Amino acid sequence: MGTPVATASTEGRGIPAAPTRPSRWRRLIQGQELVVTLVGIALIIFFSVATSAFATGSNLSTVSGYIAPILILAVAEVPVLTLGEIDLSVGGVYVLSPFLVVYLNNAGIPPLLGIIITLVIGIVIGIINGLITVYLRVPSFITTLGTVFALEGIVLLSSNGIQVNPVGGDTLAQVLGAWQFSSILWALGIAVALHIVFRHTSFGLHITATGGNVTASAESGVKVGWVRVACFAICSLLGAFLGILDGYRIGSLNPGTDGLTLMFYGVAAAVVGGTALTGGKGTIIGAAIGAIVLGVLEDGFNIMGINAFAYQLVLGLAILGAMILNIQMDSLRAGRRGGGRARKKSARGADPGAGQSLPSVEDDSSPESASTH
Amino acid sequence: MADQTKNQGGSVLRIEEISKSFGPVSALEGVTLHLEPGEVLGLVGSNGAGKSTLVKIITGYYQPDGGRIWVDGEPVEFKSVDDARAHGIETVFQDLALVDELSVYHNLFLNRELTVGRGLRFLRNKRMKEEARRYLSDIQVSIPSVDTPVEKLSGGQRQAIAVARATRQPGMKILLLDEPLAAMGAREASLIIALVKNLAREHGVSMLVVDHNYTHIFELCDRINVIEQGRVTLDKRVEETSLGELTEFMLTSYKQQLQYG
Repeated sequence: MGTPVATASTEGRGIPAAPTRPSRWRRLIQGQELVVTLVGIALIIFFSVATSAFATGSNLSTVSGYIAPILILAVAEVPVLTLGEIDLSVGGVYVLSPFLVVYLNNAGIPPLLGIIITLVIGIVIGIINGLITVYLRVPSFITTLGTVFALEGIVLLSSNGIQVNPVGGDTLAQVLGAWQFSSILWALGIAVALHIVFRHTSFGLHITATGGNVTASAESGVKVGWVRVACFAICSLLGAFLGILDGYRIGSLNPGTDGLTLMFYGVAAAVVGGTALTGGKGTIIGAAIGAIVLGVLEDGFNIMGINAFAYQLVLGLAILGAMILNIQMDSLRAGRRGGGRARKKSARGADPGAGQSLPSVEDDSSPESASTH
Repeated sequence: MADQTKNQGGSVLRIEEISKSFGPVSALEGVTLHLEPGEVLGLVGSNGAGKSTLVKIITGYYQPDGGRIWVDGEPVEFKSVDDARAHGIETVFQDLALVDELSVYHNLFLNRELTVGRGLRFLRNKRMKEEARRYLSDIQVSIPSVDTPVEKLSGGQRQAIAVARATRQPGMKILLLDEPLAAMGAREASLIIALVKNLAREHGVSMLVVDHNYTHIFELCDRINVIEQGRVTLDKRVEETSLGELTEFMLTSYKQQLQYG
């Protein structure tokens, strides 16, 4: 690129000043996302061959119904997980939100306005989670564990444990979940929008930066408190929206719905897709693919008549496998901070380029060891 | 009022009676110092003397409990890092303030990304990459590629990126360097020293350098302030003192601290 800099990279050794540009596809899908995509394709082929009911039109709507909720919760959690936080309360918001629309309707507020108010309440719950976590320094796991129980309690108390039907006209219901493909279209739309925000805006960059190193980001002037609160707000908003979608999709509202388990499916999909719970690394595309894999798996197992408990077992093993893969792939990348010094050294030994450009640098004098107060 | 007139001399930065405590721990107990245009001021002192705290106050990261700051004779109050930057104050932090997971160019532009659009500001990655590449080659910093995550760089390369990020800002008047040469080999250190000297001489940038290495301090600075237990205890021009005298002074005050501290 016209620079006199010694451009010796690991992949382009010996080819000076020509940094290899990864193709658009390789940049879009890489590492664990690619692995999960291949697993998903393999599963689809397997179920299509093994069963006659999988690759059918009617099953497409069934599998969409499995995928959509997991997908929305998965992509909702990605920004929060990228911060190294987690939002358990989104499961409670999910149960509460359709009831709020009904209660507001009973109070004389029309459904559409009620939905908008409910979404705003979802945002407010997220902001409260964020404020408690960021400014009162309660770990988000505990903060949102508290709010999820509180919210489910509110639903049970206010409904007396009795099921109700969602309110609103037919068009509203069809658009918001009742039509068989409405949820999945919303889910895919949300995933695309969130991916663009996450990867291509300065807000998205600040999420990754804050999750990677909160002190460094703050020193650079990133408004880390605001970024963190905003991610909780987004997560909660999407949980509220999904609650409404699922209300119309299912057609009745059960106050005993297990939102917490559904939330964990979302987290599982995000983790399977390559988002690290440790923060600093997240992918919306990976989470979406992870959700599709989990949905296909659940649907395929149902069709094959495999015990529903087996799904839980496979899900558990998939999360463990994904997490191990995630961490191992991380160690393969050279020079991670903290305990990465030994690896950094060996990586540089294998890469004459780095040494060539700056021969005098000793790793022993890295900032960690050199900082004296 | 009279106080204020006194401080409207030629100093580009003047701080007076700055104090800062963290809970029961008092880090700064009334620090007063000044920085002249184009001057390089060295700040030395033992560990925990409050040097980094002072740097973080001048840069807007911490807010002081008491005291006043003037930039170009104008009283200022920094509520954030952005406030200080708006007054032309740039910083190379001791921890470098780099995010390992992000690429070199995203680190260079962090919080000052080139974007299009309002509200949702979309990143202009291509332009940022080009500018990063050009600037780094201008100041002769060699890295494999601006796409490389900084976690893959060596300690010295990381340091160079941190310095480059601060010096890239066109409106910079004051540069704060908290141990800028700590992780550097001799060749890189001389590169940064040359860069710093050039900025001071050619572009009139004033600098405040914190360093434990007195040889670097004497090489870089015009004037030296010693900070001990939250106060400035020595203020001399480099030609008025020597490496021996400074070492002796530090040793004496260290012994005193052990006796009375």
